[in-house]
Amino acid sequence: MVLAIVAAIGQLAVAQNSTVQPTRFVVVLDAAHGGSDTGGRLANGQFEKSFTLSLSGRLRSLLAARGIQVVTTRDSDTALEPERRAEIANHAQAQACLSLHASESGSGIHLFTSSLAPAQLTRFAAWKTAQSASMGHSLALAGTLNSALLHAGMKVTLGRTALPVIDSMTCPAVAVEVAPERGAGYKTTAGLDDKNYQARVATALAAALVEWRTEAAQP
Amino acid sequence: MIPRYQKILFGTLLLASLVMGVVLWQLRERAHQRMIAGQDAAPTSAPEVAPTEQASLVVANDSDSSLLTQIHSLPLSSDPGARARAVLGKLLDLYAAPGSTHPVPGGGNSVAQVFLLPAPDAGASPQNAPQNGPQLAVVNLTGSFAASHPSGIEAETLTVLSICGTLSANLPRVTEVRFLVDGQQRATLAGHADLTRTYLTADAVPQP
Repeated sequence: MVLAIVAAIGQLAVAQNSTVQPTRFVVVLDAAHGGSDTGGRLANGQFEKSFTLSLSGRLRSLLAARGIQVVTTRDSDTALEPERRAEIANHAQAQACLSLHASESGSGIHLFTSSLAPAQLTRFAAWKTAQSASMGHSLALAGTLNSALLHAGMKVTLGRTALPVIDSMTCPAVAVEVAPERGAGYKTTAGLDDKNYQARVATALAAALVEWRTEAAQP
Repeated sequence: MIPRYQKILFGTLLLASLVMGVVLWQLRERAHQRMIAGQDAAPTSAPEVAPTEQASLVVANDSDSSLLTQIHSLPLSSDPGARARAVLGKLLDLYAAPGSTHPVPGGGNSVAQVFLLPAPDAGASPQNAPQNGPQLAVVNLTGSFAASHPSGIEAETLTVLSICGTLSANLPRVTEVRFLVDGQQRATLAGHADLTRTYLTADAVPQP
């Protein structure tokens, strides 16, 4: 009789432990442009849409290898409206959303957060300003990305912008624009077609997101 | 022998033709007089040359993603709308010049018009807007400028912010800016910067 009671209590304890779920951590990668929307034309004749898709795939592999669940807005050369991209990100309820871009203007990595003014989280949010409730987290995510990229020896500029896709996201969102690496006299030291440069960028971004997961897990 | 009724009909038609001819001649004369009067009303004196003044231009720099204020001398009209167009024209001329810190083709002709309106205020109708209250500038850019603008978040954001900053520096009443392209609303400048929203000039403060 006593043994049966002890066994029942043990089973109950196991059942309670099994209901404790590990912290869910999802990253959304939005490869900008696609299909007929080619984005900018890069120096080597490549289109921005191809570069962002390639970077998204590379980053997804690195994050998956680190046990991070990744949702991508597109995996092929398809056109997607900004609204659809934000919709995918919002349904994923992600802890980090990166909108990936590339440009021949400027140098290094440009990190942009939304220029919306921060606002309190409300039950219903306006679609075009949904990001305003997450601005604090987005700025913190940009800070983590900045630290990791600087640690990897890259030049980083931080800014605010009005980008429709991130303005409608409810997750911590940052637009990452990759530009060529340039040295003294604005001379290009690593172009966007440099595979080594692409790998360094992806590795640094993955490291930043692992760090962000650690920060998110802290109470 | 011509019947009498045919003679009367022929006479009536001839008279009607003559009357119509006279009326047409008079209408032509009146139209001619109106045209001459219109030409007389057209300005014949040469436009007054605006005096040269110093203007503050908020110039973008791609190398460090900065906005810096530069002082330039240029003829500026006393009319705020023409003044706004002149400073933006000069700014875009700088961007189109060789060796620009923010290369954008197009030049000064890329600003088709600048309209200055009372800034929308929740508490006041446009008719009751204060005379010296804040203004909304509507900048109408040409389609060729938008089509040739380099694509990229940084490049487009710097262009938009430098336009807002330059307007604010020279027309302090301008607190908000909206953009049109060929008179129409456009989603983005060149694929990134949102042109459907209202920009606040306070967000375009250059570095000291």
